[in-house]
Amino acid sequence: MTEPTVYELTVPGRVGFKFPASDVPQVDLPAGFEREELPLPEMSELDAVRHFTRLSQLNYAIDLGFYPLGSCTMKYNPKINEVTSRLAGFGLTHPRQPEDTVQGNLYLMYTLQEWLKEIGGFAGVTLQPAAGAQGELAGSLIIRKYHVDRGDTQRTRMLIPDSAHGTNPATSAMIGFDVVALPSDERGNVDLEALKSLCDDRLAGLMLTNPNTLGLFDENVAEVVRIVHAAGGLVYGDGANMNALLGVFRPGDLGIDVLHYNLHKTFSTPHGGGGPGSGPVAVSEALLDYLPEPVVKIVEEGDDETPPLFGFYRPAKTIGRMKAFHGHFGMHVRAYTYIAMLQQEGLRDIAEKAVLNANYLMHRLKDTYTLPYKRTCMHEFVLEGVWKDVPEIHALDIAKRLMDYKFHPPTNYFPLNVHEALMIEPTETENLETLDSFADAMLKIAEEARTNPELLKNAPHNTPVRRADELKAAKDLVLCCYPMDELQSK
Amino acid sequence: MFTPHTEHDVEVMLKRIGVAKVGDLFEKIPEAYRYPKLNLPPQLTEMEALAELQEIAGSNGSTQDLLCFLGAGAYDHYIPAAVDNLLQRGEFYTAYTPYQPEISQGTLQAIFEYQSLLAQLTGMAICNASHYDGATAAAEAVIMAYGHFRQKRKKVLVSRAVNPQYRAVMRTYMQGSPELKITGDEPEVGIDAGMQAFIDLIDNDTALVMVQYPDFFGRVIDYKPVIDAVHAQGALVAVAVNPTALGVLTPPGEIGADIVFGEGQPLGIPLSYGGPYLGIYAINDELLRKLSGRLVGSTTDVEGNLAYVLTLTAREQHIRREKASSNICTNQGLMALASTIYLTLLGKHGLQQVANLCYQKAHYAAGELTKLPGYALQFGDTPFFHEFVVKTPGKVDHLLEDLRGYDILGGYDLGQDYPELEGCLMVAVTEKMSKNDIDTLIDAVGEVSHD
Repeated sequence: MTEPTVYELTVPGRVGFKFPASDVPQVDLPAGFEREELPLPEMSELDAVRHFTRLSQLNYAIDLGFYPLGSCTMKYNPKINEVTSRLAGFGLTHPRQPEDTVQGNLYLMYTLQEWLKEIGGFAGVTLQPAAGAQGELAGSLIIRKYHVDRGDTQRTRMLIPDSAHGTNPATSAMIGFDVVALPSDERGNVDLEALKSLCDDRLAGLMLTNPNTLGLFDENVAEVVRIVHAAGGLVYGDGANMNALLGVFRPGDLGIDVLHYNLHKTFSTPHGGGGPGSGPVAVSEALLDYLPEPVVKIVEEGDDETPPLFGFYRPAKTIGRMKAFHGHFGMHVRAYTYIAMLQQEGLRDIAEKAVLNANYLMHRLKDTYTLPYKRTCMHEFVLEGVWKDVPEIHALDIAKRLMDYKFHPPTNYFPLNVHEALMIEPTETENLETLDSFADAMLKIAEEARTNPELLKNAPHNTPVRRADELKAAKDLVLCCYPMDELQSK
Repeated sequence: MFTPHTEHDVEVMLKRIGVAKVGDLFEKIPEAYRYPKLNLPPQLTEMEALAELQEIAGSNGSTQDLLCFLGAGAYDHYIPAAVDNLLQRGEFYTAYTPYQPEISQGTLQAIFEYQSLLAQLTGMAICNASHYDGATAAAEAVIMAYGHFRQKRKKVLVSRAVNPQYRAVMRTYMQGSPELKITGDEPEVGIDAGMQAFIDLIDNDTALVMVQYPDFFGRVIDYKPVIDAVHAQGALVAVAVNPTALGVLTPPGEIGADIVFGEGQPLGIPLSYGGPYLGIYAINDELLRKLSGRLVGSTTDVEGNLAYVLTLTAREQHIRREKASSNICTNQGLMALASTIYLTLLGKHGLQQVANLCYQKAHYAAGELTKLPGYALQFGDTPFFHEFVVKTPGKVDHLLEDLRGYDILGGYDLGQDYPELEGCLMVAVTEKMSKNDIDTLIDAVGEVSHD
């Protein structure tokens, strides 16, 4: 396959879209500012449509097949979400419209805030953060400001388990916290002794992913929270793995102080090939005043005849604004649609089936692949993608060979505390036949590793491109197509 | 509905796992907290959910029913039908970040094309893919410049004519670096188009100077003197842009900007009440190693065929953790794709045309509006693009409320953000407005009270 770029497909003079002619008197552009060259493509509409359609066909996607990418919750993205988020009343409203013209939007945001509070067991929610990492940033800034306001400016130590997502340490470092890595014990839980030794008056908090990235529910979580609180720290919950807990357990009930949700993982909004996400943040009562602005509230209670009036407000000690306007509203509509169709009963079903699917797959694979932590898993589990008898085969080879069987590979080389990790998250939306065919492929690959290791080393064989030279990409950097004049002179 | 399991499936699976019931899989969860009663409404079917959502959406006034002269950071442009149709291909929107290049060439090549188109449009060497929106891109520019000088230069100067939300967000982001001073946007420095008071603040402790083009008020200002003054002090310049304007205006890359960023929403992304949008972020090549966010590069596969991959990932959080250039992970992939399709469809002629239409219509509107008694352009003959500020004879909030009676969103009340511009209305005009629509606005303004 080689699909030409839009610059290569350009033929000067072609037009892909035409606007109506101007119906107002012509005035000159400001002198001295006129642009001379505008090197953009020139293609017909059909040529452009075919180009992007062909590109789409080079992708793997949830709509095409099983996508067990650990930590990413690649569940089915219901089509109805794409219909509701495009309703004119949502999709065509301007973010600066007066509040009385967008009461529907505000009602939806308010209700989603309320639902997310209830689902996680928290006192308040902001929908503003654009993605999980920005939710972490908002949550960490809340923790920082809470300590600073209390005069505890020395509290800058953030404890982060070694199994945590990379965004956790990156976020903490961004706001000036000192990141201290916390080891896991032999059962994959936070090491309590190590935790205690790091809890003093310099402690800002702990960022805890639970279930953690090994897919394990921390068996000591209540004790972990107690120790951190006793030392004056706050517990940040990374909600990336909330899919395992919906309707089953509320982190807020256990005293988690802050938690971000990933609407694009847990609540079915599409990943879009790398975004947009949405990362609402929930907080406990003590942190309500620190939420980023704006938050939606009822400004005037309604009665039998009139609905309540909704509006934005600025929390008293707010950390400020995280982005322009009010967050990824289009994602809020999708998540609202999804939750409306599930609620208590459906949410619990999601978590139960996600955990059932993961445990089933784990049991089908655990005798062939090393399972480093032999425990019931939650929504995902981690295997070692390496065997002693065929040391030349790595997790990467297994991942690449899965593509030949038309599966997306699991996350590999993460978490870092498992050697040659293969992190598998099937999600609740997959049926038994799919799980079985994936397990069969994994078992077959284990066999191939012994009988024909070259098959794995050279995989994938039948994909649009084969293994790419990433070193070359980084060394001989090419980050743009040729500009047209250069292209034409070639 | 979204879970396919039959009772029989569940039995088979539990048997294989070796537990009696699904609940047994959750026994590590503290029992006292297991299965909380949630105060949530009953679940709906798809039919019921759609009806409910239609009712909620229907209670809003949208730009379909209202003439929208609101801008101030988000603009009501026409989006060609092909853009959304292509975006709705499941192969695009249900894919993850392209970590596995062999089965992600579609997303990767589209990002590569995005980087190319935006680099060309802004006149810069390199464009990343992408930041959340214009405001967070502004914050990333501050982080980049502060890091570029290894925290030794402790001042960032931002013009008061930069979008107030951008300025708010960069301050939020930099709370953890209290030794960094973000300044230059105080009322006393002012918003004069000559910018002398602002230029006078540039010194050798300055890491970054930020301006906007066209600025928040829609003005087109020659930043050459600012950029020369900044470079004389060895500092960096970041210019926020409206990408539509670059269809006809000289790009900042041509006058020496080090960073060009902005809100990409005008490039084929629906208003959607403020998001998701697109943070454009382009740089000159000297800043490459400090760049945050995704980058796609071209290379070859083992058979020598052209292939695209995510590259320079050693800058990113999943590799470098606390030493990463940013915490950004999920970004605005699908919105970057929307803008790529939009720019490809419009192409050279279409972008020039839409930019020119916006310019013409805004100037017609400004000309007509200022014929009304008591209305005048606040910034006199300073050039503007598709948004302008008029001094009104009365209270802007009253005027806007009266205009709503005519189904018109008349513009933005600048007094909310700028006390010195009390009584000033900011009006944006895009290609969607016909002469007739603009005349409707003018007539309505002429008719309503001015108390």
